[in-house]
Amino acid sequence: MTAVVQVENISKRFRLYHERHRSVKDRIIHPGGGTYTDLQALDDVSFSIDAGQTVGILGRNGSGKSTLLKCICGVLKPNEGQILVRGTLAGLLELGAGFQPELSGRDNVYLSGSMLGFSRKDVDRLFDSIVEFSELEGFVDTQVKFYSSGMYVRLAFAVAVNVDPDVLVVDEVLAVGDERFQAKCMDRIRQFQLEGRTIMLVSHNADQVRSLCDRAIVLDHGRMIADGPSGDSVRIFREALSADSRSVDAEAPVNVSISIESVTTSTGRFAAHTNEAFGFEVALTSNESFDGFFVMELHTHDGTLVTRTDPTTAPVSLSPGHQRLAVSLPALPLLDGDYELSVGLLSGFGHSVAAWREQVATLEVSYDGRASGLVPLAPRVNLA
Amino acid sequence: MSDSPPPARRPVEDRPVRIVSARPSIGLRFKEIWESRELLSYFVITDIKIKYKASALGILWSMFAPAATLAIYWVVFGKILPNSVPNFALFLFAGLLIWNFFFGVIITSTSVVVDRAGIVKKVAFPREILALSTVGTSFVYFLIQCGVMVIFMLALWHPPAWGMLWLLPLSIFALAVFAGSLGILLSAINVYLRDTRHLIEVALQLWFFLTPIVYSFEHQISKKLHHVAVGNDHILNLTWLYFLNPVTPIVMTFQRVIYAQPTVRATSVPHVPYSVLPTWPTSTYLLLNLGVLAAGLVLFAIAITVFGRLEGNFAEEL
Repeated sequence: MTAVVQVENISKRFRLYHERHRSVKDRIIHPGGGTYTDLQALDDVSFSIDAGQTVGILGRNGSGKSTLLKCICGVLKPNEGQILVRGTLAGLLELGAGFQPELSGRDNVYLSGSMLGFSRKDVDRLFDSIVEFSELEGFVDTQVKFYSSGMYVRLAFAVAVNVDPDVLVVDEVLAVGDERFQAKCMDRIRQFQLEGRTIMLVSHNADQVRSLCDRAIVLDHGRMIADGPSGDSVRIFREALSADSRSVDAEAPVNVSISIESVTTSTGRFAAHTNEAFGFEVALTSNESFDGFFVMELHTHDGTLVTRTDPTTAPVSLSPGHQRLAVSLPALPLLDGDYELSVGLLSGFGHSVAAWREQVATLEVSYDGRASGLVPLAPRVNLA
Repeated sequence: MSDSPPPARRPVEDRPVRIVSARPSIGLRFKEIWESRELLSYFVITDIKIKYKASALGILWSMFAPAATLAIYWVVFGKILPNSVPNFALFLFAGLLIWNFFFGVIITSTSVVVDRAGIVKKVAFPREILALSTVGTSFVYFLIQCGVMVIFMLALWHPPAWGMLWLLPLSIFALAVFAGSLGILLSAINVYLRDTRHLIEVALQLWFFLTPIVYSFEHQISKKLHHVAVGNDHILNLTWLYFLNPVTPIVMTFQRVIYAQPTVRATSVPHVPYSVLPTWPTSTYLLLNLGVLAAGLVLFAIAITVFGRLEGNFAEEL
């Protein structure tokens, strides 16, 4: 297959000035030019994305996600390396970034379409569908400065997803508009996937990445620490996050280090029937005593989060050394299917992750009835 | 990657490839600028729309400042300090037309990247076209002022030098190339040294008086430049130095074509003819204009190269 985005050994340094001399006058007074430290935002990152892939980029704040996207869009130039992009690329780094408040919605559609690299003819052809998608039919000739912020982002998103790009690059902008509009944006992104377009998506939201992307890249301090199927990458990302929050979070007990060694059941199998009780044991080692909370998650294979338990209902007290936690679920209200189990311990008020194991086991639920979907419901019907 | 390819919308294989790298070649930069010409035209159109959207008189305002300048210079240099050039207002107009264009390009392009920081930080396009868009905007105002001048000439019933009229498009093009290139260069420098703008304002004032607009080159300084005394016994001809200013040949071409009369009878002593403009043949004007064009093209290549070096850090410097 053809590589659509090819990132070759790119590095990007930012120079952080402690004292900046940015005028001729200052330069004459201080010939040195100011003191600074270099920040390595991206360090020798290489990967290539094939046509039709949807790739998520995960990373904590400051891990270089946005810098990477900006380099791919061409807003920033890398210090080393190069990026090859095949075809047209629509970058949504910020919705409505190119809008001119004084101009009408119509003018702004043409202007921002042109900034995304589309000709007047292209925009002419797509204009009606853009306006229809944005639901701003009555306001296209109103100056954008009179728009509400919701209208503003709707128009911006409508332009970006309707201008027919080969590659769509999205930086955490999917949380716009009301829920219905968000769902519409998601639908459009899925339609893009079906049409075989390439999508790159930056998100903090690992669930969103798991459900939308077939591949994910994890960045940490500018280095690429994972690149693979989104399930694997999300696991690496979460585990890196928990390893990190232990050292960063002030709330977390300073020296506590907990490792979850295994998750097992008495039968050796993770299998259960719908609405039956189910239990498993978590073997772990802690170097100190620890008071915190237990939390578990179930995901379907396509990444939908089925449940994340409320940690405050499951407090845990650990003493130093090796020990086992017995976890029991009185009933498993799930229909048949395979569910990925993740477990973890949260410290403090349930804010920071002390230990996490992503997808440690696959739970097979079997069901004899005829209902389909995720959960069994038993409607009773009477004449009212 | 092993599974079957998704339903292809169109073959991606034959789509053009764009390269983002630390040091793009100059050819690549030219290509990108050329491909963004439609965006450039949008920038020009929206600039003009925004500027006059809120005012009732609209674009007429763009003529108010030049008209006021013309009136002031006409009073100061024509009436208070009389210079005996007949139809001095027309002579002034011809030069100011060019100067207003040049001044407009330089002063707005210097700060254009800083002013448009919002899009520079978020949207990818060749940033040179921001500076080039000021050339487009200034050119529109130039055309409007040209229209006014035609009316002015009709009112005075003052014909231009028809035979040399074809020089004007070449002239303004040469100046546009030069001004645009200088604008590209300054717009990048101003990101790093924010007081460039103030220095440019001062430099432009000096530049104005180094250009024969409010005075006549031929009549008032040509001879002085021919005999510049250095020390006691050295006489130098510094005319070449004066013509290093690329705006000068353009202004003089416009004066020659519009004012059209190299030799006039002074208003003060009507029986003595004297020269307001040099009596050069058309070929000399052509050569001077081509010289400016060549200088402009060289500067363009330099500006694009320097801009490319400085552009990499725009998003973080703004």
